[in-house]
Amino acid sequence: MPGITREEVAHLARLARLELKGEELDHFAGQLDDIIGAVARVSEVADQDVPPTSHPLPLTNVMRADEVRPSLTPEQALSGAPAQEQQRFKVPRILGED
Amino acid sequence: MTVTELVSYEDALASYDPVMGLEVHVELGTKTKMFCGCSTELKQDANSQTCPTCLGLPGSLPVVNAIGVESAIKIGLALNCEIAEWCRFARKNYFYPDMPKNFQTSQYDEPIAFNGYLDVQLEDGEIFRVEIERAHMEEDTGKSLHVGGATGRIHGASHSLLDYNRAGIPLIEIVTKPIEGAGTRAPEVAKAYVAELRELIKALGVSEARMEQGQMRCDVNLSLRPHGRAEFGTRSETKNVNSLRSVERAARFEIQRHAAVLNSGGTIVQETRHFHEEDGSTTAGRIKDNAEDYRYFPEPDLVPVAPSREWVEELRRGLPELPRVRRNRLREEWGVSEHDMQSILNAGAIDPIVATIEAGADAASARKWWMGELARNANESGRDLASLPITPEQVARVTVLVKEGSLNDKLARQVIEGVLAGEGGPDDVVEKRGLKVVSDEGALGTAVDEAIAANAGIADKIRSGKVAAAGALVGAVMKATRGQADAARVRELILEKLGVTEG
Amino acid sequence: MTTATHNVEHIIKLTAAETAAKIASGELTAVEVTEAHLARIDAVDEKVQAFLHVDREGALAQARAVDAKRENGEKLGPLAGVPLALKDIFTTEGMPTTVGSKILEGWIPPYDATVTRKLKAADVVILGKTNMDEFAMGSSTENSAYGPTGNPWDLTKIPGGSGGGSSAALASYEAPLAIGTDTGGSIRQPAAVTGTVGVKPTYGGVSRYGMVAFSSSLDQGGPCARTVLDAALLHEVIAGHDPLDSTSIDAPVPPVVEAARNGSVAGMRVGVVKQFRGEGYQAGVLQRFDESVELMKELGAEIVELDCPSFDLALSAYYLIAPSECSSNLARFDAMRYGLRVGDDGTKSAEEVTALTREAGFGDEVKRRIILGTYALSSGYYDAYYGSAQKVRTLITQDFEKAFEKVDVIVSPTTPTTAFPIGERADDPMAMYLADLCTIPTNLAGNAAMSLPCGLAPEDGMPVGLQIIAPAMKDDRLYKVGAAVEAAFVEKWGHPLLEEAPSL
Ligand SMILES: [Mg+2]
Ligand SMILES: [Zn+2]
Repeated sequence: MPGITREEVAHLARLARLELKGEELDHFAGQLDDIIGAVARVSEVADQDVPPTSHPLPLTNVMRADEVRPSLTPEQALSGAPAQEQQRFKVPRILGED
Repeated sequence: MTVTELVSYEDALASYDPVMGLEVHVELGTKTKMFCGCSTELKQDANSQTCPTCLGLPGSLPVVNAIGVESAIKIGLALNCEIAEWCRFARKNYFYPDMPKNFQTSQYDEPIAFNGYLDVQLEDGEIFRVEIERAHMEEDTGKSLHVGGATGRIHGASHSLLDYNRAGIPLIEIVTKPIEGAGTRAPEVAKAYVAELRELIKALGVSEARMEQGQMRCDVNLSLRPHGRAEFGTRSETKNVNSLRSVERAARFEIQRHAAVLNSGGTIVQETRHFHEEDGSTTAGRIKDNAEDYRYFPEPDLVPVAPSREWVEELRRGLPELPRVRRNRLREEWGVSEHDMQSILNAGAIDPIVATIEAGADAASARKWWMGELARNANESGRDLASLPITPEQVARVTVLVKEGSLNDKLARQVIEGVLAGEGGPDDVVEKRGLKVVSDEGALGTAVDEAIAANAGIADKIRSGKVAAAGALVGAVMKATRGQADAARVRELILEKLGVTEG
Repeated sequence: MTTATHNVEHIIKLTAAETAAKIASGELTAVEVTEAHLARIDAVDEKVQAFLHVDREGALAQARAVDAKRENGEKLGPLAGVPLALKDIFTTEGMPTTVGSKILEGWIPPYDATVTRKLKAADVVILGKTNMDEFAMGSSTENSAYGPTGNPWDLTKIPGGSGGGSSAALASYEAPLAIGTDTGGSIRQPAAVTGTVGVKPTYGGVSRYGMVAFSSSLDQGGPCARTVLDAALLHEVIAGHDPLDSTSIDAPVPPVVEAARNGSVAGMRVGVVKQFRGEGYQAGVLQRFDESVELMKELGAEIVELDCPSFDLALSAYYLIAPSECSSNLARFDAMRYGLRVGDDGTKSAEEVTALTREAGFGDEVKRRIILGTYALSSGYYDAYYGSAQKVRTLITQDFEKAFEKVDVIVSPTTPTTAFPIGERADDPMAMYLADLCTIPTNLAGNAAMSLPCGLAPEDGMPVGLQIIAPAMKDDRLYKVGAAVEAAFVEKWGHPLLEEAPSL
């Protein structure tokens, strides 16, 4: 597997919404390169015909009845909000569309 | 952005073959959200229907709403899909403030329903088969209110206010396979498909599918390719096209725009586009480049869904009569043409008419009012028939009043106008506006006598056998009674008093 | 009755079972017990730094309620009035929950985790919230945004992690019970390096609702204590099906208390996996482990050699799966709804504020794992990394299944080395990750495991942990074997190991 570059770390940081500082990019790039180098061993099994495990226990069909449960009060919901207005979470202007 | 001069629709299709893909999101009408027990009731106080789970608070976990799954299976079955024996939820990772966890719990490569089709009937009665790729379960986002900019638009806003009442409401996303071969009728097919899908969803009882309330939202993907070419062109994705008419207009506009770009030697950019109700145009949104990487992976907080075949078959047996079948049955019962039935469907009048008949009206009258007076009113006020402030029961009552002779057509129209104006039910309007047909023989007799006296010349003509002249006298009486008389009876009385018999 | 100093000393050394019995009999009041532990915290926590938050008022109020219940003749639960240190990863309504992170500093949840709710319902007295590696990412508690916790055996050494606050609270007699969470060893490794007992129940055995997620498919809350029986009593209180957690097991809790009261290994087949030794293992650790195996043989166990080849890939698989899930789980910390917000000066966009806040609010290890996970999930790498890691997970589960056809339990050292000095591995992630070499396979497979003390390493005098691993849903076997081994060691040593720890 190829190593991880500073540019890749910068791209990943953008995807993960982390405003990494310049020196951090270098630092992480080095460390991540080591870690990925070490863990890349897992791809030894990539061509093996075994099913992937996403859940440790083989449970299926866990569902709830469509019954209303009490919600939080708006005060509780907003209790941790960094800012609020009109009983809504106040957030900085949103640049992109979703 | 450069403004491209559109190519005429006919010219566009003379050179190119349109390929469409339609993605429809339907908000289910469950009592609670997809992954928590919060109520889904609309128009409540901001953030009053939230809990740790739908707010994405640290530590909270989702639990699947069984009716959400059941609804998805029903939709899948009605769309002739295969139902997965085993499937999982997946996380679609991207940041957006209206999405509390910054991932959407959705389905990725294992949708609950896949490989189906929906037959839609076009205006001319022809059936067009739209292939369904998949129908999967996911959740809605919260709502943002953009403050400080122009009219709530995101651009220029100083900040935004978030209400998470809608966050977590169950959505079913239904995706078609590429729709090929519709040719010039592509926009019509798009509209007919969405209309048919809406009817289907409503018939299944899984959602009211009110497009104007955002319960059903459509994305129109469209590309053009030169006639004879097999590969698809680059597509545009027009988002949130939220009425049947808009679906048709958006497809049409994009055909013309793509053709213009291609004709001028340009290339289509793969991007999202916004549709504008006002003029039916679309404008560029976000470019879909490779920077977008949703990093889907199986949702570890939810276990797989493995609908038993018994359950699926039980749901299949419980499916209602499908809309197209029902429509054909009703068409025969009502004795109307294919074309009329299509108009009824397009007007959204089937259910109101059925309900009006069930409330005691005869088919012809029910149809007459909904497709006449009420359709006109809906059109003028830009509303759906179903959202007019009159109930099928009230319309039925009006038809009964007409039938028993208490109202004539003209008065009935006034009654309906009164009901729509919020003056109460039909009987209230009749009462308040004093709209009863004058059937008091004494009062009518006096009015007739007065009319004869005031129009001696005409009376003489009638006496001399010119029965046709009676119309003028009838008019005079109707005028005197401000229309509240039964015209047929007035005519009878005039002829009687003048000693003339008809024919 | 007086709460003289000698009485405090006496009370804090009691086991949870003894404490509960004395409260139930009226020999001690819950308030006395709580006050004794608060006094101990006052006396030593400045040095140990096990707690991030001490809820003096809440604890005393709960204690008073227990005493009132007893006075009214109400029946008390088996742990009523017993103090507990709660890892700061469980939400507590009205009490700060930080997960050891700046990004949640001062956050007061509007709801209780299921574990919190169950503890309250069982009349357990929650003393406060314990320190931990930020978001449970770490093996030393050095990654806490609020500073490291000391190992009561040697305050210059790490108490293990991520649940170092909980293990240190137990080892310093600040609380007889604690709650931890174990994603890759965060209950067992701290237990091992502090000479205490920690259990990672079968995945799904204890509800994760209200437990701030690190890696959803690996995280599991569990009991921490100084004795096997105490751990079992706590296990029974917090375990059981929770309809709010879809991955919760809907079956009766295994009879762990009964097992702990009837310890025995006679006739049991005990597996020793050949992959759990070799390079990187400290000599004293292997020595104590081998002695433990010998001891079990003497107690009547049959020892079986096992080969689990896929275990060699466990660490790699873990360091792909856990970061992947964490990159998604931690996306919600975006400065919009709760927690820290940085840079909102009226000109910056939500996007910028989110990025600035995450940069300022997350520590290095968290950022490293978020980036690693983002990488492993990104298109083009998913199959090679995340997909392969999930295949490894299947292979490890299969190795366990094959092993458990031959044995009833598996044993290993809990961790390859004893506690290392604070700072030693702080900026060497790969060295740090090795601490979880023996504990990770169990998290990947979802089965149950325990760590209990098996002596001190001769070279440094620091505690060594013995890990016992049982099949999924057979948590009771851990306690059956653990109780027997514990009793034999206590008899051999003449006292519990912890009594050899220096007084603080
Ligand atoms: Mg979608
Ligand atoms: Zn909710």
